Amino acid sequence: MTTAVIYPILIPLGTAVAALLTWNHRTLQRMLSVFGAALLLGASLLLLAVVSRQGIQVMQLGGWAAPFGITLVADLFSAVMVVMAGLIGFSVAVYALAATDLEHESFGFHPIYHTLLLGVCGSFLTGDIFNLYVWFEVMLISSFVLIALGGHGVQMEGALKYFSLNLIASAMFLTAVGILYGVCGTLNMADLSVALRSGAGRRMHTVLAMLFFMAFGIKAAIFPLFFWLPASYHTPPVAVSAVFSGLLTKVGVYALIRVFTLLFVHDTAFTNELIVVAAGFTMVAGVLGAVAQTEFRRLLSFHIVSQIGYLLMGLGIGTQRSLAAAVFFMVHVIIAKVTLFLVSGAAHALLGTYDLKRLGGLYKNSPALALLFLIPALSLAGIPPLAGFWAKFNLVWAGIEAGRGVVTAAALGVSMLTFFSMLKIWNEAFWKARPEGETVGADNPPLAFSSGLALYLPMAFLALLALVAGLAAEPLWDLSSRAAHQLLNPAGYRAAVLGMAP
Amino acid sequence: METVLAFVIGGLYTAGLYMMVRRSFVKMVIGLALLGQAANLLIFTMGRLVRGRPPVIGPEATKVVLPVADPLPQALVLTAIVIGFGVLAFALVLIKRVYETTGSDDLDKMTGGDR
Repeated sequence: MTTAVIYPILIPLGTAVAALLTWNHRTLQRMLSVFGAALLLGASLLLLAVVSRQGIQVMQLGGWAAPFGITLVADLFSAVMVVMAGLIGFSVAVYALAATDLEHESFGFHPIYHTLLLGVCGSFLTGDIFNLYVWFEVMLISSFVLIALGGHGVQMEGALKYFSLNLIASAMFLTAVGILYGVCGTLNMADLSVALRSGAGRRMHTVLAMLFFMAFGIKAAIFPLFFWLPASYHTPPVAVSAVFSGLLTKVGVYALIRVFTLLFVHDTAFTNELIVVAAGFTMVAGVLGAVAQTEFRRLLSFHIVSQIGYLLMGLGIGTQRSLAAAVFFMVHVIIAKVTLFLVSGAAHALLGTYDLKRLGGLYKNSPALALLFLIPALSLAGIPPLAGFWAKFNLVWAGIEAGRGVVTAAALGVSMLTFFSMLKIWNEAFWKARPEGETVGADNPPLAFSSGLALYLPMAFLALLALVAGLAAEPLWDLSSRAAHQLLNPAGYRAAVLGMAP
Repeated sequence: METVLAFVIGGLYTAGLYMMVRRSFVKMVIGLALLGQAANLLIFTMGRLVRGRPPVIGPEATKVVLPVADPLPQALVLTAIVIGFGVLAFALVLIKRVYETTGSDDLDKMTGGDR
């Protein structure tokens, strides 16, 4: 059943169009948005089930055979990423019902939210490098609009920084695609993999690899290209921050993992070394940046950067175990990070500020929120038995196996600092009493039951997933291992796309 | 012709990068636009520059007679131009809004989000 590949692209597209058509009917639009997101989640789970049972799924669009047309491919890694997009898409769509104000909704939050999901799912599923560029642009243009929507002051500054840095990355990506086509004469990634292995234009391979590394590195926010992220992610409405934190940088990491396992494997000694060094610096720079922050979402933004380092470390070590750990880490970090952002939004809804110094007393007044914060926070720090522990445990194990002492030590040290950082949020926002004379949000009307439900249900759902992924890690680890095996043996991918014997 | 275009592309990249390091964000956006055009021209040149010879295989022939220009990069450039146009239109609105809200076009003064 190869059509399972295209549903995760068609559903957000259809939802976005439907949401545009119901522009003037707010209630209908909101219902459509949640319904479409739920449908996307269902379709992504179906895709994962099909890929897991029947192997790599391929769809040749328009019936044009592989190197000539655009191909959609779903291997296990793609399918896992699409499921994450579905999960986050659904949770944040529900959360946005309560967290997005009338102003943003009337400017078109819902349709653009779904075109964003469209771009994300398209990037995960395409098997054509130029098509990947197009999906990136779909995603970026949607994210530009979301980050600038109804903006004032600081938000517009953040939007400008986000916009310009991502555009530079796009120009680099386009340049790299142009040169790659000039060298290999094809754009299909499986076909490129064949051409690059046959040594066409060998002198250009490392140049190309570095161009892609820079282009995707800016999008993935790796050291030293990450400065746009903490400058912009805390400025838009919280639902937008949450979905950005969960999906956008991860698309960059996905693209890095894809090109450095499928295309550029000609000189792994050099490229892997570079990736590991970048990974180490990304972890350390991110977590040290977080230490100095007192704004809830800005602190979390620095942690996004730091966690990207772990994902890169998995790619850079490049063994079966490390890649499996990277896939596992991806699932864990997306869930944990989005939950934390949603919690920060709920704290803002209750107390009217994101400033940790002015927050307080949340443990006493909303113990449920405190619990929902603790689960992802401890998971992020890597406390057993939560998912983060298993991800880091395997990553460190792979690091030791491969003799990467320095980066492994950095990973452990950064874990400690992450724990410290989470503890800081706990102390400031949840444990200590509200500062004397702090009146911001004190006269906020208590949350209506329906909006409370819309805020808490997605957080509870994601926190439960984080808990389950930790307590029953074996099936997820098994899935990650199989995904890593496919990544490390791209012959299966090539055979599935080009229809030849592996 | 390729040599001329190579210099033009190089010049566009240089000018784009130079404009991007200026403090005014209007100039930065112009720089980004130049960078996009440089990339487009690069892809265009990748497909060889041949005039007046369509890459069509005749009724009797089995393969195309070289030299012809590769049509695929031209299709890619068309896509990239359309995307670039959309992004640039958004950029113009964005810089107008940023100027309205901050009252300045100096990037160095935009530190509100960094505190």
